[in-house]
Amino acid sequence: MDERVAVSRVLTAFVERLGRATLFLIREMGRMLIFMLSTFAWLARPPLRPFQILKQLHFIGYKSTFVVVLTAAFTGMVLGLQIYYTLRKFGSEAVLGSVVALSMIRELGPVLAALMVTARAGSAMTAEIGIMRITEQIDALDTMAVNPLQYLIAPKFVAGLIGVPLLVAIFDVVGIYGGYLVGVDLLGANPGSYWSSIESAVEWKDVYGGILKSISFGLIVSWVCCYKGYNTRMSAEGLGTATTEAVVLSSVLILIWDYFLTSVLL
Amino acid sequence: MAMIKLAGVEKTLGGQPVLCGVDLTIPAGKLTTIIGGSGEGKSVLLKHIIGLLQPDRGEVWVDGIEISRLRGKALNEVRKRFAMLFQGAALFDSLTVFENVAFPLREKLRLPETEVVGRVEEKLAQVGLAGMGHKYPAELSGGMKKRAGLARALVMEPEIILFDEPTTGLDPLMAKTIHDLIVAMHRAFGFTAVMVSHEIPEIFSISDWVAMLKDGKIVAMAPSADFQRTTDPAVLEFIAVGGMVTLKP
Ligand SMILES: Nc1ncnc2c1ncn2[C@@H]1O[C@H](COP(=O)(O)OP(=O)(O)O)[C@@H](O)[C@H]1O
Ligand SMILES: [Mg+2]
Repeated sequence: MDERVAVSRVLTAFVERLGRATLFLIREMGRMLIFMLSTFAWLARPPLRPFQILKQLHFIGYKSTFVVVLTAAFTGMVLGLQIYYTLRKFGSEAVLGSVVALSMIRELGPVLAALMVTARAGSAMTAEIGIMRITEQIDALDTMAVNPLQYLIAPKFVAGLIGVPLLVAIFDVVGIYGGYLVGVDLLGANPGSYWSSIESAVEWKDVYGGILKSISFGLIVSWVCCYKGYNTRMSAEGLGTATTEAVVLSSVLILIWDYFLTSVLL
Repeated sequence: MAMIKLAGVEKTLGGQPVLCGVDLTIPAGKLTTIIGGSGEGKSVLLKHIIGLLQPDRGEVWVDGIEISRLRGKALNEVRKRFAMLFQGAALFDSLTVFENVAFPLREKLRLPETEVVGRVEEKLAQVGLAGMGHKYPAELSGGMKKRAGLARALVMEPEIILFDEPTTGLDPLMAKTIHDLIVAMHRAFGFTAVMVSHEIPEIFSISDWVAMLKDGKIVAMAPSADFQRTTDPAVLEFIAVGGMVTLKP
């Protein structure tokens, strides 16, 4: 008898916790969605803030260039190594260029560039907005009848939407040259066929897919990182938690959305 | 005439009841000071007046408008009549001191740039920050940030100004300068002022009214001269120790 009561109590507690966690998750998702939609609504209203947008573009885009170029070069080089090694087994080193280029354009460029932007600019964005929340700068904007979503968040959204695709383009180009450097210069694949295989294999559809991916990843980075910063809790740990959560959630969402988009685009 | 009226305002934050039925009437055109120990909820109270926080229960009236249910445009219209000096100054890190003080003039009043420059320079000089306009908040001391925040609140010359501890962290001389400045501005423009301050006894000579917040309620409110003659033991104790050391257990 006692045992059954105990078991049912444990079960109830478990179901309760599960329910609470689910409710929290649904509510959080709703809040995030509302956050994004209101930011776009504020973006559509004047005044447009070109100077703020440029400043954010400089921060998200220009300042991430170095780390993106570095990542792209090494990714391209290791692809050159790995793929050359694999292709040689089948005697088809001639298509090295096309395999490197397609992996870069379709997959690695958008995903890796977005992950690097999350790590470098996204976390800094969360911290910046979080500090503004904790030091009441966001409240101060509100008291001056300036909407924080419009003044602070909207320019970061625009910068993410423009900046990430541009970084991805750089990533792709550098990565393809990295593959060339290792595959052709180091391992001795034919330079002519490296380029010609790219020309014949890469279609407009591949490029278009890559652009679509990078635009949506740009939105994910600024959306998640701004949301987490904007809702930083007023405590000493609040800022650290917000930054960690922003980086993890943004990265996970990028990978999930990547799978989804790929399966739809193929 | 009452400019601001709080009726039965209750607020729980982070699971802790902070305001437990605040009734408070702020007369128009007067300087009202709210005293109370640290963590009693004075800043929370000010944030209710300007609509940054909404009460769980109760009403907040500003010049005949109940603002606690207002949103968006309607709330902004009310806020345009306010300025607030935050406890931590809340200067924008990414802007210089000059741009900070100019911000409300450019964003809220949309003044022409020549007038902005004139008014900002004038206010910076009044708070003793002449020539500091090009610095960023990170390069300022705590007291200088406070004064820059004060300049930003005063520059708009609004109808109502909320000052959250304008002199905390300043040396006595600078504190007196700030008090004199607030009083002079108040005389000149006749705005309604609500100030949170620990500066006992100085506040008694500069305030028109004094109210005390304790245990989430306004436990005493009287004209400044009468307030000092109160017999309420809690108030007396607070005044006696200078206001700084009463901490919530
Ligand atoms: N945003 C918030 N979230 C949770 N608790 C808060 C928040 N703001 C204030 N509090 C709590 O409310 C209480 C009153 O704070 P405050 O109004 O800042 O006191 P003070 O009278 O010193 O200005 C404190 O215990 C504080 O921790
Ligand atoms: Mg306070």
